[in-house]
Amino acid sequence: MSATDNTPLWEVFVRARRGLSHTHVGSLHAPDAELALHNARDLYTRRQEGVSIWVVPAAAITASSPDEKDAFFDPAADKVYRHPTFYEVPDGVAHL
Amino acid sequence: MTGPFDFALALGDDALVAAQRLGEWTSRGPEMEEDVALANIALDQLGAARLLLTYAGELEGAGRDEDALAYLRGDREFRNCLLVELPNGDFAVTMAKLLLLSAYQLPLYAALAGCADERLAAIGAKARKESAYHRDHAALWVRRLGDGTAESHRRMQAAVDQVWPYAHELFAPWPGAPVDPATLRGDFDAYVGPVLAEATLTRPADGWAPAGGRDGLHTEHLSYLLAEMQVLHRAHPGAKW
Repeated sequence: MSATDNTPLWEVFVRARRGLSHTHVGSLHAPDAELALHNARDLYTRRQEGVSIWVVPAAAITASSPDEKDAFFDPAADKVYRHPTFYEVPDGVAHL
Repeated sequence: MTGPFDFALALGDDALVAAQRLGEWTSRGPEMEEDVALANIALDQLGAARLLLTYAGELEGAGRDEDALAYLRGDREFRNCLLVELPNGDFAVTMAKLLLLSAYQLPLYAALAGCADERLAAIGAKARKESAYHRDHAALWVRRLGDGTAESHRRMQAAVDQVWPYAHELFAPWPGAPVDPATLRGDFDAYVGPVLAEATLTRPADGWAPAGGRDGLHTEHLSYLLAEMQVLHRAHPGAKW
């Protein structure tokens, strides 16, 4: 049995300061959530990088596929009207 | 063993020898993440050892600094408890040792943080947070191995049985010390008992209680550990990185 059978992959998110959101910092192997949290503390917050840690089973993440990149993201490229700067503000509109 | 020098020396030697033993795991951990965790804990112990031995040297007033105390004493001059000098054994033995040590160090440092000696109080305040993590980490593994597979349960129980007798020395009365270790036994039992129960492990019966570390009478293992730890400094006095 390989080590990865017992110790699945976890993705680690760290919040650097109060008020900021958690940011993905990397991944690690651990047999369960509590140990994943311990390992994340030892691996990713050694130099005061954070005040809060999330660990998420990597298997629980559904990711977009690079193969679908064109279908997913390219259609947004020519839709300039989705940006607020596309619209001219009519004269006389206050508080906008 | 009466004065504050002996007390600081004993605590510093506990931490120093524990650090040296835990450091032996580096590059040999069961997985890379645990390797880093053990090295972190070793470095915490080393940090506490440096503060305590530096202070011991000042209390002694004979001009010995932390390096002189760490590298230029023989085993009979070391005052650490026997528990920390025992070989690492397998991972279960290492975790059993760490559980007993940290369940002793945490209430000790917490009590020190409130003692009258300002230097010891500052060291206690810093080290107690680290000890809390060490205890948490050890308990986490003891629970998982004890309540794991039949094989992990067997080896965890054997590990606890093996090191349990060495816990008693930690709480030998020390009247007049800044913190009398005998007063910490209740905290120790209140934490370790439920951890063992949750791990489906049997708390060993109290019987044989080896001691002598605080008087410089050690197991055969300490001199080998010191030989490896001290060889560089003794061959090249004052060597620096």
